[in-house]
Amino acid sequence: MTKTVEFGKDLTGLEGLSLAQITTILDVAEPFKEISERPIKKVPVLRGKTIVNLFYEPSTRTRVSFEFAEKRLSADTVNISGSGSSIVKGESLVDTARNLEAMRIDMVVMRHGSSGAAQFLADRIPSNVINAGDGQHEHPTQGLLDMLTIRDHMGGIEGRRVCIVGDILHSRVARSNIYGLAKLGAEVAVCGPPTLIPHGIEDIGVTVFKRVEEAIEWAEVLNVLRLQLERMEAGYIPSLREYNRFFGISVARLERAPRDVLILHPGPMNRGVEIDSHVADGPHSVILRQVTNGVAIRMAVLYLLAGGSPERAEAAKMENRA
Amino acid sequence: MDEEAVRRAVARMAREIVERNAGVKGLILVGIHRRGVELADLVAEEIEKSEGQKIPNGTLDITLYRDDLSVIGPRPVIGSSDIPTDIEGRAVVIVDDVCYTGRTARAAMDHLADFGRPERIYLCVLVDRGGRELPIQPDFVGRHFDVTPAEDVAVLVPKEDGRLAVELRKTE
Repeated sequence: MTKTVEFGKDLTGLEGLSLAQITTILDVAEPFKEISERPIKKVPVLRGKTIVNLFYEPSTRTRVSFEFAEKRLSADTVNISGSGSSIVKGESLVDTARNLEAMRIDMVVMRHGSSGAAQFLADRIPSNVINAGDGQHEHPTQGLLDMLTIRDHMGGIEGRRVCIVGDILHSRVARSNIYGLAKLGAEVAVCGPPTLIPHGIEDIGVTVFKRVEEAIEWAEVLNVLRLQLERMEAGYIPSLREYNRFFGISVARLERAPRDVLILHPGPMNRGVEIDSHVADGPHSVILRQVTNGVAIRMAVLYLLAGGSPERAEAAKMENRA
Repeated sequence: MDEEAVRRAVARMAREIVERNAGVKGLILVGIHRRGVELADLVAEEIEKSEGQKIPNGTLDITLYRDDLSVIGPRPVIGSSDIPTDIEGRAVVIVDDVCYTGRTARAAMDHLADFGRPERIYLCVLVDRGGRELPIQPDFVGRHFDVTPAEDVAVLVPKEDGRLAVELRKTE
């Protein structure tokens, strides 16, 4: 029998996961890819489980991806978004969650604007909590699907040179990528305007490129982040046009690279700002593969967290029967 | 059972399958991960030897169709399910190593239903050890063993275990 990797109740970030846990999620996601290619895209593994998708911030891709994952595993799902719910009436996060618990739910998938919100909730309710992005902290399933996509196309992650380009300071995607990729042995770099690079990031072993040309020369994979328009208003960058001039990923820049560079983007894209259309739709872009892999990764995470309690597992193993 | 005994049992089951199906028309073998897959290969070889015709041979992983996720937790290794042809209107033979509680066979039938509606489904196992918890009986059996719950039947296959045999073991 294969050695079982234990998972906790929740997935709040990749920082706290072990190499074995991350590898297990990526491996379990492989067979789940095939389910989405079947004529009947459904397996009964989470039949009878109730999952609440609690989205305090707007999201299309992540919410829909989670919902497809849940439905393809036969779970029952409810979506709650910030507007149009009692959240706007001022109900606290814990009160909302406790009321949902009172209706007997099994899992909560949450997107929230405050860093640490997922952990806060996970510590207070018995249901499984999956972080779908909390403030500037982490977005673990995005990090995992990025890694799965890199692994698919590069044949592995260890030793690969991955550069994350853009607003690293505010990005939960960047954080989850850095933690996860580092654990899997990739070389990780970041590139962006100095105002958007966190101080001291070199101390955790991340290389910093000030010029995007240097980053492109070094990297085998570029993960291009969305530039939030608010950053310009807040004075982090002078203008979108200038950002595009200095940090935009264009065909001309990529042509000077010594090798083909794999292009990832977590979406939604600002075409013509952080990435040019010819790159986004070009032959080395795997942006839509990321979206496809996202469903498989979320299925894997739901499946692995939904398992029974360790005590019951032990009891069941005692009377095991092949 | 040593290798010779297993091979003879497989050859006999292959003959019985062809006989019951009145030929190889519409026949598909489907092995259940992991040891059933290799056994299905062996049965397919036997049928090909006697009938001179290759029959389609698929695999099924029933992990996600089990009814004990909440009891024993997720299994991290999930194989792929690969059914080479449309099963609509065909005769599908599910091949597994051991038939015990019948829960694997039930899960396999649920899984097959997601691929279509076969004309009929047979169950072929190398060992029937009794102890059924569901009203399911195999159609083709290599050997019946009376096994107490304190014992375990180990079916060994070449690719997984290096040899072909069936052994009775005491569970620790």
